[in-house]
Amino acid sequence: MKNLMKNLMKNPLFVPVICLGLVLLFNLLTNAGFFEISIKRNNVGNWILAGNLISVFNNASELVILAIGMTLITSASGGQDISVGACVAIAGGVILKTLASKSGVPVVAAVSLGCLVAMAFGAFNGILVSIFNIQPMVATLILFTAGRPISSWITGGLSPRITNSVLDAVGNVIPGVPVPTPIFIAAFCVGFIFLTLRFTNLGLYAQAVGISDKAARLVGLSPRLVKFIQFVVMGLCVGLVAFIKVSRVGSIQYNYIAKDIEMDAILAVALGGNSLSGGRFSMTGSIIGAYTIQAITTTLLANSVPSDALSAYKAVVIIILVVIQSPVVKDFWRRRGKTDPGDSSLNPTKNGLPPHPQGAGPKANAGPNAGPNPASGSAASLSASLSASPAANLGPGPLPSLAPALGAGPVGT
Amino acid sequence: MKFKLVFLLAALVAFGLVGTAPSMGQDLIKIGLINADPNESGYRKANVESMTSALSKENGFDVSVAYSERKVENQIAAAQQFINEGVKYLVISPEVSTGWDSVAQSAKEAGVKVIAFDRVIEMPDDVLVASTVSDMRAEGDKAVKWLEDKKLPAYNIIHIQGQMGTDAQVKRSAALTEAAKDKGWNLVAQQTASWSEEDAKQVVQAVIDAKKEFNVIYAENDNMAAGAVAALDANGITHGKTGDVVIIGFDANQWALKEVLAGNWNLDVECNPLHGPLVAQIIKDLEAGKKVDKVRYIEEQAFDTDTITQAVVDGRTYGFEN
Repeated sequence: MKNLMKNLMKNPLFVPVICLGLVLLFNLLTNAGFFEISIKRNNVGNWILAGNLISVFNNASELVILAIGMTLITSASGGQDISVGACVAIAGGVILKTLASKSGVPVVAAVSLGCLVAMAFGAFNGILVSIFNIQPMVATLILFTAGRPISSWITGGLSPRITNSVLDAVGNVIPGVPVPTPIFIAAFCVGFIFLTLRFTNLGLYAQAVGISDKAARLVGLSPRLVKFIQFVVMGLCVGLVAFIKVSRVGSIQYNYIAKDIEMDAILAVALGGNSLSGGRFSMTGSIIGAYTIQAITTTLLANSVPSDALSAYKAVVIIILVVIQSPVVKDFWRRRGKTDPGDSSLNPTKNGLPPHPQGAGPKANAGPNAGPNPASGSAASLSASLSASPAANLGPGPLPSLAPALGAGPVGT
Repeated sequence: MKFKLVFLLAALVAFGLVGTAPSMGQDLIKIGLINADPNESGYRKANVESMTSALSKENGFDVSVAYSERKVENQIAAAQQFINEGVKYLVISPEVSTGWDSVAQSAKEAGVKVIAFDRVIEMPDDVLVASTVSDMRAEGDKAVKWLEDKKLPAYNIIHIQGQMGTDAQVKRSAALTEAAKDKGWNLVAQQTASWSEEDAKQVVQAVIDAKKEFNVIYAENDNMAAGAVAALDANGITHGKTGDVVIIGFDANQWALKEVLAGNWNLDVECNPLHGPLVAQIIKDLEAGKKVDKVRYIEEQAFDTDTITQAVVDGRTYGFEN
């Protein structure tokens, strides 16, 4: 039992899950009706599930998708992309304009165009970060400022409103399937990214570059390319989010669409127990973080918190959750749990290497993760670091086979 | 060097043209027009077009234009520059109402008169000769009056508020909350959706999920009304002329009036951005030595399913779909 607790505490997902649990527990205690789900017909005659829980999953979809991209960018570049909300406005503008201008353009074509444009803007951010070595927050500040005016320029300042059966199916429900479609899109993205992380080296390379640029270069990775790719992936996420947003109401308001969503996406990454200075990451944590944020919003709405106090309430909840996540509090609980003495020295380091996940043996505890300075630039230390601690989110697959390769010589990206 | 010469030449030509224009007819009235960002919204776009077309050369004005790019500093700098250039009137739609003391001082010294349009500005009375604004409180009162006349058997209202603290939100909210208190109307929910369509959809969905009864939605702009209607549609709740829930929106964009015409919404209260003719008239009156009102409220209407016509929709000059 004690062992189980110890293992749970060590799991990097423990705290994010607790955070989500706290929010749900609050609802269970104050308003059990929160969990009720009912089925009804909408005004076009399709069956649809409704209830607060459905609303949480439905409305969190966009945030979940953006949290995926934000996690990868954070890991590889050690910074955040603050232009995503503005880029959603751009991609949404492109999709809307394409659908409105010529009748008969298939939705797929419009969405593909929107995604391509978003990826181009992602590439722009990526070039600034990877080639010009500008801090991500500064580089993306450009589109953060310019994005919404660009969107307004694309739509000519008009607000076209589209009624289209495909959009309706995407933004609401597919006839015959009572679950809101955005939930499926988010689930698809989550599944896709897990498969990608499992079967490709995308995540591994991002973490390698995030832990140490220099060491990654020494083992033959191209930090520039790796960082650049993450921004393009984020562009794809942005395009999909824009598609969902456009579908929900059949229009966009370039000034308000996805407003401040970048901050929520960053918060999701942080709530997931990830360090915002890059390196090791837990994708599952970020996704749980995203659902937690939407659960908070929906809870506040369900409890009719007064408008002028809404942000303050949200801030209070988030402060509590972030403090629970802080190394000091985690350390306190670990000591209370009387785990092995070596653990007390395992505060997350500069690169945010989390305390070792379950499954990492004593070997991992002795590994270089415990060392304070992983940026020492040695390829050996990097490969040791990567091979010594297979993280749950990476899966055991690529790691053992790659570790010797990393140590031995150049690997193509 | 070559470029500089070309530029100089172009400038000379331009000056020449401007310089000769007034001598051709009566003297033009020199005006500095300072507006907000034309890209801010469809409303602003319509406002910008109205201002520039009303204060045209044909109408006897020589106007220099500057836009804020969303920063009041840009507006203040432009105002100072226009005063130095010797304009007779400054026509301003300020990004923020305060912080204009230095401009007021310079304007006073140079004898420049200030007219504010669309938004209020804080300046001493001897400088600020007139303001033309939308009466947001009156807009709210129109909606409330209409709602009262509707004599519904019960009033269970979802109140969707705009961005908290904005003039439109404060006054449109005040109209409803005061009426609700006086008449015993029940505000089922009172939440901000920050002018956003999707946020409004979430707010209404939350009320539906909480299984609260409601029969009126008072949304403080058209977009939020559209978001609220999207939530109703998703939950199989009817609305509009023949439906269960009364829908009230504000601003009267063309696309929104189409919804009223189609019977999907019940009422839309206009927020008129076309201040141009009114400002032009005020300046002409001042030039003729007439006395003008300190505050002029722009004329605004409300359209419900009975009063709306296709002609009204076609006659809109703003809020187009495409």
